[in-house]
Amino acid sequence: MVNLVLDDDARMLKDSAERFMADKLPVKELRRVRDTEDADGFSRDAWAEMAAMGFAGALIPEEFGGAGMGHVAMGLVMEAAGRNLSPSPLFATAVLGVSAVALAGSEAQKADILPRVAEGKLLLALAVDEFRRHRPTQVDTEATPEGDGYTLRGAKLNVADGHVADRIVVSAKTPDGAVGLFLVDSGATGLEVERTVMVDSRNAAILRFEGTPAVALGDVGAGAGALAQVLDIGAAHLSAELLGLSLEAFERTVAYINERKQFGVIIGTFQSLQHRAAHLFAEIELVKSAVLAALSALDEGAERTPLLVSLAKAKAAQVADLATNEGIQMHGGVGMTDEYDIGLYMKRARPAAQMLGDERFHTDRFATLRGY
Amino acid sequence: MFDLEDFRADTRAWLEENCPASMREPAREDADRCWGGRNPQFKSEDQRLWMERMAERGWTAPEWPTEYGGGGLSKEQAKILREEMARIHARSPLDSFGIWMIGPALLKYGSEALKQQHLPPIVRGEIRWCQGYSEPGAGSDLAGLQTRAIDHGDHYIVNGQKIWTSYANKADWCFCLVRTDPDAKKQLGISLVLFDMATPGVETRPIKLISGASPFCETFLTDVRVEKSQLVGEENKGWTYAKYLLTHEREMISGMGRTASGDKALWELVADATGMDADGRLDDPMLRTDVARWDLDAMAFALTSERINAEAKAGQGVGAASAMLKYYGTELNKRRYELAIAAEGADAMVWEGQAHKGGALPRAWLRTKANSIEGGTTEVQLNIISKNILGLG
Repeated sequence: MVNLVLDDDARMLKDSAERFMADKLPVKELRRVRDTEDADGFSRDAWAEMAAMGFAGALIPEEFGGAGMGHVAMGLVMEAAGRNLSPSPLFATAVLGVSAVALAGSEAQKADILPRVAEGKLLLALAVDEFRRHRPTQVDTEATPEGDGYTLRGAKLNVADGHVADRIVVSAKTPDGAVGLFLVDSGATGLEVERTVMVDSRNAAILRFEGTPAVALGDVGAGAGALAQVLDIGAAHLSAELLGLSLEAFERTVAYINERKQFGVIIGTFQSLQHRAAHLFAEIELVKSAVLAALSALDEGAERTPLLVSLAKAKAAQVADLATNEGIQMHGGVGMTDEYDIGLYMKRARPAAQMLGDERFHTDRFATLRGY
Repeated sequence: MFDLEDFRADTRAWLEENCPASMREPAREDADRCWGGRNPQFKSEDQRLWMERMAERGWTAPEWPTEYGGGGLSKEQAKILREEMARIHARSPLDSFGIWMIGPALLKYGSEALKQQHLPPIVRGEIRWCQGYSEPGAGSDLAGLQTRAIDHGDHYIVNGQKIWTSYANKADWCFCLVRTDPDAKKQLGISLVLFDMATPGVETRPIKLISGASPFCETFLTDVRVEKSQLVGEENKGWTYAKYLLTHEREMISGMGRTASGDKALWELVADATGMDADGRLDDPMLRTDVARWDLDAMAFALTSERINAEAKAGQGVGAASAMLKYYGTELNKRRYELAIAAEGADAMVWEGQAHKGGALPRAWLRTKANSIEGGTTEVQLNIISKNILGLG
């Protein structure tokens, strides 16, 4: 049985993560990188502070210079980032990249990469998708053995932080048809990086490999298994981000209808709005439980982990959709303006819900894992 | 920790020895449930034995103090008992509004004399209780109730009508909300009293529902004498006790959103009805999607019930959570039955006859429609969440 109550340490971490994100990376920071067309799309100074706080190395084992805090703890940081729409390399580097290297990499690769990530000096990305909708089994990128390493040919899209990553983990097919994980240097020849600014003003990139040199990340044969785990880890942490985002959108909306007056009364006194808000409250309570169960399961290595991760991602994506739609509708006209933040919550909810599988993808996977 | 492990081992051994094999299967029909009472109706000797053996240990009310016949178990021990019962799919030995509702209220608000008088017979399953709350003019607006109790010194004389009294025609005693001060603001003039259903002037009439069953009654009270000794707590404070009791009722009803141990999962029922395709999926893609969306919500809801219980034990969490659980749990149960009858198709429309278990499925489907009405409607729960948790209006 997974643990569903936060202990005192976890609650302290939650407080400090929420304070940090609200102070250093609030919504106006997202507006700043958007409006100044920041080349990185995030603040490197803030990332250095996040490294100092232990967030960059939260999932890195202590022997490799990390904090080894585990998934429940990292989920709290992701939730706080979700509340504030904080732009940072937290997800691409500290969740996806770190997990890929930690699970698939050789001891030498881990020792080379992870300590520098924990210090905030190395950024990572994971390049998986080739199709516009998440289909991790569709891998046409080819890895051909050459010398001590491989050369890659193909293309990846929707690579979070792909334009700033120093090292990129790429899934590719070897000549025998097996899918493995490969490590590419950002400066490698034959690598073309096209930044795609997304609806949420975050960073993604299209990567094209045209005979790009790469090395196997650990044992090529074990790559597919590691990738499956990494995708579960990523989906669980995106669920945590979506939970934070939903909570914040919901709380802002409740506060708004509790002060907005029409017909001479506070609109929050209207039962039609109250009941929709109460329903949304109940749905978010379900997301809290599902997210915590998925993260706990990852920490415990529970057999049901993939099932609980798909439960969390499907439910978190569905409810974030509801929370942000209700948020804009209940704000009325001002909800459509760029000046109000509520619209930015919707603009982050969609790409986060879509990445690594949307509600439909994970509902289908949940049903399959349940045996039907 | 060692003590708890010992307790688990002892409990497991005792259950193995004392729970009859026939009591280790899910209840399939109403008669499979044991309600006790002065005129108990046992479907089998095993059912009687199982109730008596559990009652003797106080395990029909595991957490009640031993001085009132309860099991005197700690929360942790009670959880172990539940787990061990679930492990062997043991049925509830005794279903009882006494245990679920009036008992907890008496433990919290009742006088010593009332506890001594009423709790032990509840634990032993000797007295079956009913709840006199709703009235024809007081449903969602429960505090608007009009049943009047006039003070006659050492007793009240009660006149009025109750409705939706569950199993009133089979109950021995009633816990009843009455108006003792008609001039006070409506919540402030209500008292909670107890009386024997055999008292002259108490009359019940079953109400036939769309499911064909009659689990509820109208209860008519004409010059019913209620001793002052049977007043719970203080006069005119009944609304406070009533709300406490309703919290217990909501928790009980919200349990419907969780699948009982030993019951088939919804998808298994659907698989029996539709079959699987060559890829091992339910052989109807639209139905599969609907079932999966329900299944996701049901699992997330079960985790939420668990989380809220765990948080309450750790002193965290919000109050009024029972309103959220009642709302979501009952809506889930209705969705479950909608999908079950959709899967069964024409078979689910058969109302009578042996081949279709006397229309058990459509009757159960119709019964679930009351889930979001009884114990406070869905709309009332949403009002409670809005006001007490969200601070709206």
